[in-house]
Amino acid sequence: MPRLEIVSNLGRNRSATVGLLIIAVVLLVALIGPRLAPYDPLVPAPLDRLKGPGPVHYFGTDSLGRDIFSRVLYGTRISLVIGLISVAISLAPGTLLGLLSGYFGGWVDSLIMRGMDMLLAFPAILLAIFITAILGPSLPNTMIAVGIVYIPHYARIVRSSVLSLKEQLFVQAIAHLGGTHARILGAHILPNALPPIIVYATLGMGTAVLQAAALGFLGLGAQPPQPEWGAMLSEGRQYIQLAPHVAAFPGAAILLLVLGFNLFGDGLRDVLDPSLRSR
Amino acid sequence: MPLSYISRRLFHLLLILLGVSVLVFLMLRMIPGDPAQLLLGEYARPEELARLRTQLGLDRSYPIQYGIYLQSILRGDFGTSVRTGAPVVDEIGVRLLATIELSLAAMFIATLLGIVAGVISAVKQYSVFDYGSMFLALIGVSMPIFWLGLMLIYLLAVKFPILPMMGRISMGLEAPAVTGLVVVDTLIAGQLGACGDALRHLLLPACTLATIPMAIVARITRSSMLEVLNQDYVRTARAKGLGEAVVILRHALRNAFLPVVTVLGLNLGLLLGGAVLTETIFSWPGLGRYVVDSLMGRDYAAVQGCILIFAVLMALINLIVDLLYVLLDPRIRVHA
Amino acid sequence: MSAPVLEIKGLKTQFQTRQGLVKAVDGADLALGHRETLGVVGESGCGKSVTALSILRLLPQPAGRIAGGRIIFNDRDLVRVSRAEIRRIRGNEISMIFQEPMTSLNPVYTVGFQIQEVIRKHRQMNKGEARTEAARMLGLVGIPEPRARLNDYPHQMSGGMRQRVMIAMALSCHPQIMIADEPTTALDVTIQAQILDLIGRLKEEIGMSVFLITHDLGVVAEICRHVAVMYAGKVVESAEVRELFAHPAHPYTVGLFESLPKIGGRGGALRPIPGVVPGLFNLPPGCAFQERCFKAEPRCRQEPPLRAAGADHMVRCWLPGE
Repeated sequence: MPRLEIVSNLGRNRSATVGLLIIAVVLLVALIGPRLAPYDPLVPAPLDRLKGPGPVHYFGTDSLGRDIFSRVLYGTRISLVIGLISVAISLAPGTLLGLLSGYFGGWVDSLIMRGMDMLLAFPAILLAIFITAILGPSLPNTMIAVGIVYIPHYARIVRSSVLSLKEQLFVQAIAHLGGTHARILGAHILPNALPPIIVYATLGMGTAVLQAAALGFLGLGAQPPQPEWGAMLSEGRQYIQLAPHVAAFPGAAILLLVLGFNLFGDGLRDVLDPSLRSR
Repeated sequence: MPLSYISRRLFHLLLILLGVSVLVFLMLRMIPGDPAQLLLGEYARPEELARLRTQLGLDRSYPIQYGIYLQSILRGDFGTSVRTGAPVVDEIGVRLLATIELSLAAMFIATLLGIVAGVISAVKQYSVFDYGSMFLALIGVSMPIFWLGLMLIYLLAVKFPILPMMGRISMGLEAPAVTGLVVVDTLIAGQLGACGDALRHLLLPACTLATIPMAIVARITRSSMLEVLNQDYVRTARAKGLGEAVVILRHALRNAFLPVVTVLGLNLGLLLGGAVLTETIFSWPGLGRYVVDSLMGRDYAAVQGCILIFAVLMALINLIVDLLYVLLDPRIRVHA
Repeated sequence: MSAPVLEIKGLKTQFQTRQGLVKAVDGADLALGHRETLGVVGESGCGKSVTALSILRLLPQPAGRIAGGRIIFNDRDLVRVSRAEIRRIRGNEISMIFQEPMTSLNPVYTVGFQIQEVIRKHRQMNKGEARTEAARMLGLVGIPEPRARLNDYPHQMSGGMRQRVMIAMALSCHPQIMIADEPTTALDVTIQAQILDLIGRLKEEIGMSVFLITHDLGVVAEICRHVAVMYAGKVVESAEVRELFAHPAHPYTVGLFESLPKIGGRGGALRPIPGVVPGLFNLPPGCAFQERCFKAEPRCRQEPPLRAAGADHMVRCWLPGE
C-alpha cells in the first residue's frame, strides 16, 4: 500500500483519529506540562493535606499536601517514556528472535520458541514482579521487566509473518539469485513483516503503561516521591475512604493514555492489516 | 479424541514445567539479599547465620540445591515457609482455593456478560447498544483494574455502603472447610445467610477481575458473530423455518465460539495476573497476594512453590482450552 | 400452464448500500405452475437469486427489503404474512437449496441432526421417528448406508453428497415448492447431471413444483417446462422452453443463445454479448439492455411494453411484431 493511501485511510478511520488526537494531547502535556503545572510536584505542603478538588487545586492534594494536578502533569512524561522504552526493549530482541526463528527453522526455531514458551508460562504481571524483585524496585528496572515480559509476543508475531513471507516467490527468487541471509532478512523480509509489528507495538504501548503502573502500584516500580501514576494510585489506596480523589485522577490519566494507544492501534490494524482484525 | 494427542501435550507440559522450575530456581538465587540474614535480622551472630544457611541448604552448590529441590517437589514437599514455619504446600493449598474461587466467579461473569453483549451487538450491528457496549469494552481493556477496584470500593463500599470492602466472609459466619471455596462450604453447611454474605464479599473483586476478560470476550464474540451471521449455513437455518433465537444461538453462536475460546485461552494469563492485583486491593487471601508478600519477605520456598503452581495452572488451563476447542470443532476432532 | 401455485407480481426488491439504493429486482412478474419446473435464467447480478430469496423473505438484513409487489402462494401474499407465518412456510411448504453445498451445511452438527431439525420443527415427530425419517430421506436422495451417514459431519462428505443432503433436508417435509438457486453450479459436470436427474425424479415422486435459478441454458433445456429470462431486475422474456429455444424474441435472449457453444454446429466463433451488465445504480432510462443491444433504437429510451410474441410467450421489447 502506498504511504499516502495509508495516511488518508487513517484519516478516515474514526478510531485512529480519536486515538491519535488523545496521544497528541498527552504528548503535548508531556512536553509543556511542567510549565503548566501550578505547583511543585515534589514539595510537601503539610497544611494542605488531602484537600478535595477545587479552584485552587484542580485535582485536590495528596497526603503530603502536594498538588495532584501538577503531579499528574509531571507524571505524563514518565508514563510516555515508560511506554516507549518498554516497547523498545521488547521490540528489538523480539523481532530479532522472531526473524531468526522463522527464517532458519529447525533447531534454531525449536530452541528459541521453547525459550519463549517458558517465559509465556507465567502470567505477565507475575513475571514482571519477579524480574523487578531481582533487579530491585526502580523506574528503569520496571521498564526492563515489562520489556522482557513481552519479548515472546513480538517474537511470535514476527515469526509467523516470516514463515509466510519466506514461501513467497519474490523472497525465493532473491535467495536463488544469491542474496545473503542477512540481506534477505534485512532488506526483504523485515520491511514486509513491519505492518503487524507496528500494530502490535502501538497496542503494546498501552499494555506496557498498564503493567508499569501495576508495578508502581505494588510498590515495585517508581519510588516516592516520583510522580508516577501507578505509585500515586498506590498512595491513594490508603486514603480511599477519606479522599478518593487521590487515587481517582492518576487512574483516569492512565485510562486516557491507554485508551489513546488502543484506539490508534485498532485503527492502524484496520488500515494496515485487516487480517489481524478481531484479535 | 486421540489419546496420543493428549499424552503428547502432557509431555510437552512436563518439559515446560521442568524448564520453569530451573528458571525460577536461578532467578530466585539472583535476588539480592541473604534470606538467612533477613530472617534473623541485622544483628544476628555469624554462627547463627551459618547454622541457618546449612539448615536451608544455602551452603551447597546450585546444582545440588536444585537437585534436592526437584526431589522434594516430586515428593510433594515444597519446603517450609521461613516466615510462618508452616509447610509451603499447606499455605499454598488454602490460598490456591481462594484464588480459584475468585477466578471462577470472574470467569463466569466475564464469559456470560461478554458473550451476551457480543451477541446482541452483532445482531443489532450499528445500534445504540452496539456502539455503547463496544465503547465500554474499549474502556474495559484500557483500564488499570487496580484503579477500577479502588473506585468500586469507594463507590459501593464507602459512599453507598452496600457491599463489603474486603475479605471473603464476615467474622463469625465461617463454615467448616470442605471444598475450600467459601461460597460452596457455606452452602454445604446449610447456612444460606452465610452463603449470601460470602457472595456479597465475592461480588466486587470478581467484577473487578472480570472487567478485562469480559471486554475482550465481548469484542471477539461480536466480530466472530458478525462473520458467522453472513455464512451460508445461517441462511440455510433460516430457510428451514427455524426461529430467530434458534438460528442465532444454535447455529451462529455455536460456530462463533471457536475464536472466543481461543482468545479466552490466550488471555487466561491476564486473569491470573489480574488476580495478583485484585487480591491486593480487596485483601483477598489468595495466591496472588501471597506470592507478592513472599517475594517481599524473601520467602524463597513459598515463592518457588507459588510460581510453579501458577505455571501449572496456566498450562492446565491451556490444555483444557485446547481440548475444549477439539470438542467444539468436529473438523479438528476427526483429524487430530 | 396449469393453475399457478406461486405467482410473483410486480416484485420490487431493494438494497440499501453505502453507494446508494440498489434496485436488484424492479417489477418482476413470474408464475410457477402446479407440479411444473420453472427456470429463471440470466447473468449474475440480474436479480434472479434475489427474487428467489424474496419469496421466503431471506434477504440479507438489514440492507435488503421488499419495496413492492405481491408473491401469492395458496391465496396468501408472502410479502405481507406475519413472521411466524413465513417461518411455518419455510422448509415446510416451500423449501430452498443453495449454490454452495460446501458452506450451506452447518459444520458443527451432524447431517442427521440438521435433517431431523427441520422434520421436528414442522412435523409432529419424536426424536426416534425423526431420525428414521431423516435416514429414509437420505436413502431417497441416493446416499448409500443412510443410517450410518446420519452421524457424519458435513466436512466428511463430498460436494455432491452435501448437495444431496441439502435436497434431503429440503424435501423432508414434502414441500409444495422447492426453490433451487444454482444447485449444480459449484459441482463437477458429472455430478451436475446426477443432481439434476435427482431433482427431476423427486419432483415427480413428491409431486412438487420447482423454481430453478440458473445461468445455464443447458440445465433449463434438460428439466424445465417454462423459462423466464431476467435482465437488470426485470423479466424480459418468458415462454415454454421449446417455444423460447425455437423463437427467442428478445435481443438479450438471442444473445444468450449465440454465446453458447453448439454441439455439431458450424457457427464458427462464439459471439459473446458485448459489454457487461450495467451497474444497477445508474441504469439508462427505458430498456436496461439498450447499450449492449445490436438493434437499439431511439425509442428504447422509453420503457418497452410487455407484449405477446407467440402462444404463452411474452417479451418486454419494442421490436417484435413489427
